[in-house]
Amino acid sequence: MRFAQAVLARGHQIHRVFFLDEGVLAGSSTIVSPQDGTDPVQQWAELGAKHTVELILCVSSALQRGLLDSAEAERYEKAAATTHPAFEISGLGQLIEACASSDRLITFGG
Amino acid sequence: MAKKSLLVIVRHSPYGSSLARSSLEVALTAATYEQTVGVLFMGDGVLHLLSDQDSSHIGARNIARLIASFPLYDLETLYVDGAARSRHGLESMPLPDNIRSVDSNAMQQLFCDYDHLLGF
Repeated sequence: MRFAQAVLARGHQIHRVFFLDEGVLAGSSTIVSPQDGTDPVQQWAELGAKHTVELILCVSSALQRGLLDSAEAERYEKAAATTHPAFEISGLGQLIEACASSDRLITFGG
Repeated sequence: MAKKSLLVIVRHSPYGSSLARSSLEVALTAATYEQTVGVLFMGDGVLHLLSDQDSSHIGARNIARLIASFPLYDLETLYVDGAARSRHGLESMPLPDNIRSVDSNAMQQLFCDYDHLLGF
């Protein structure tokens, strides 16, 4: 998050942020942050909206962790959507497409 | 889609977390999208190459089988960190033909040669 903010502050463009594996939790709408702390989900949402950055959650990682948008919730007959609306669920192809179309790619491993 | 060369770097042990499998799925997807893909097993990631893996007792899918399927996706460029292999006492373990053992200089060269590095 801080890296993305710093990159944008220096005038670079970020095409897409792809959340894989445990990273998909960044898009959960049911995370409650402590009142005296920051809300990273909201921060991502604001960064995405302000700088037109796509925020993509890997579909297989997301489903396994109970992260569903309304379409997936309906498809799997679950009670509710659990992703923040600023995030989109999609496949790994989005990561590869971003690799192919960007001059720089930064990964943050676990 | 433009064609780039991507090096997927696997640093995690195969069954300790879900990240290892996710990183291999990234490599497979990239190969499916006809990118030039290499996979480097580094650090604890070298444990992926253990022969005779049996993950049935921990209820996990066998990662060695996933790696064995790589050639079906034309994913045939694999590297293993030679020093990490020695550290794990795996020097005498036979490696499949399509895996090249690399030292630190060769790894440095790999990092320069590929367009993008995907480190997991």
